[in-house]
Amino acid sequence: MTTALNMPVPHESAPGGAARQAAGLPRLLPAAPEDLRAHLARYGPTPYRGQPGALVADVETSGLTGRGGAAFPVYRKLAAVARAGARQGRTVVVANGAESEPASRKDECLLRVAPNLVLDGLQLAAETVGATEVHLYLHRAPGPEILRALAERGVRGLDRLAVTITQAPPRFLAGQETAVVNRLGGGPALPTFQPPRVSERGLGSAPTLIQNAETLAHLALIARYGPRWFRAVGTATEPGSMLTTIYRPRARPLVVEAEIGTPLRTLLGDGDGDGAGGPGAQAWLVGGYHGTWLPLRDAAGITLDNASLRRFGAAAGAGVLAALPSDRCGLAEVARVVGYLAAESAGQCGPCLNGLPRIAAGLAELAGRGHRRQTRADLERWSGLVEGRGACHHPDGTVRFVRSALTVFGPEIHRHARGQCSATDRAPFLPLPQGMPTSEEDWT
Amino acid sequence: MAETLRVNPITCAGHGVCAELLPELVTLDEWGYPIVDPGPVPPALDRGARRAVAGCPALALKLLRS
Repeated sequence: MTTALNMPVPHESAPGGAARQAAGLPRLLPAAPEDLRAHLARYGPTPYRGQPGALVADVETSGLTGRGGAAFPVYRKLAAVARAGARQGRTVVVANGAESEPASRKDECLLRVAPNLVLDGLQLAAETVGATEVHLYLHRAPGPEILRALAERGVRGLDRLAVTITQAPPRFLAGQETAVVNRLGGGPALPTFQPPRVSERGLGSAPTLIQNAETLAHLALIARYGPRWFRAVGTATEPGSMLTTIYRPRARPLVVEAEIGTPLRTLLGDGDGDGAGGPGAQAWLVGGYHGTWLPLRDAAGITLDNASLRRFGAAAGAGVLAALPSDRCGLAEVARVVGYLAAESAGQCGPCLNGLPRIAAGLAELAGRGHRRQTRADLERWSGLVEGRGACHHPDGTVRFVRSALTVFGPEIHRHARGQCSATDRAPFLPLPQGMPTSEEDWT
Repeated sequence: MAETLRVNPITCAGHGVCAELLPELVTLDEWGYPIVDPGPVPPALDRGARRAVAGCPALALKLLRS
């Protein structure tokens, strides 16, 4: 799976055309990358409203929330930055496509197949908050599709503000809002302590709106088809669709646009094998490496919306969903991922700097055989000591991942204590960046 | 107006002065970093809290209006 990381991840798509613009899905992902000509034929030109603030009410009615992981209402950020900008006379908008979560591939996929939707959304958000500067922040060097889209839009004069592209360092925290502002300002992509919020005082001290690339694509469609159209799918409290990156046994990762509220079973399977002797699943990971492990016995009723997931201590996050194959060791997977998360601590806050490596070492011990008796209690205590004590949410997300793993893989911990392991396949399942570990200084 | 103590975890270097000056509201974790009572500072501890804020060598401890 790790070897697949540099290849484009395939996505599921439906036939294009008018049906797609009705309630049907996918809304965001055409079958093949769309250049500007195809984009304009399907959607028409960027629907500028002609005045700042005009789109806020539609976005509020739509119920759109941020698709980068935090699910914060988009209209509130738009309104806050527009207000602060009216006082200061300048604002900045950033399309965040850094997607520094190694298991998430959805923004990369979106920027490849529908770059013009993201760029429309960026310009529309810029108009809405009266921006004087716009940026596109990417994890990798920009792909040919995005460069072509920018060039074609330049020729047509579609973009009112020139887009500056900045490449994020390959660090887990590089997409965190304060880290984005630091990096765009020429510094390292390190988080800072808030307040002030970046919506009040961000890049160059200007009020700064940072929206995930997918969020901006949804915004571009809401601007065209209106909030009622947007709400035609999803749940009443969490409308719309979201992009997910799906990992299943014996399958390549797949980017799927799912209606919010879809049963997780539909996306991840029911845990049984493929009928051809392939492994089934033993547990689900929802929300990526800051997410939550769920036991399959809870699976029946869970749907892809935070109201449902919250009952199981989980959240959809940036849409990373994984069904861990039954032939792997959950503890080995967890130890490997948490080792990565510990190495990805910015090292700025004492509890995270001290706690995460200890937690990672404790998990590595559990993943081996015959661990010491106090190791589990140590892990619980260290988890409590790092939670809520960082400038960013890295310790909190890591602890959510760890605590849920200790519960879900409890039986396996007992097996390992007796010197056994139920896994038959030792190949790593969850993807991590190649070339790990990254150097501590490598934040730019 | 009630105030609460807050640590900037990036500037905090774990000197531990706050826990010495204000043990009623600040304890140290096993690595020497402060764990601060999240509630409002009681009036009786107001002076102590101000001394702890003033005494932090890293200027990492703040009193915030809650």
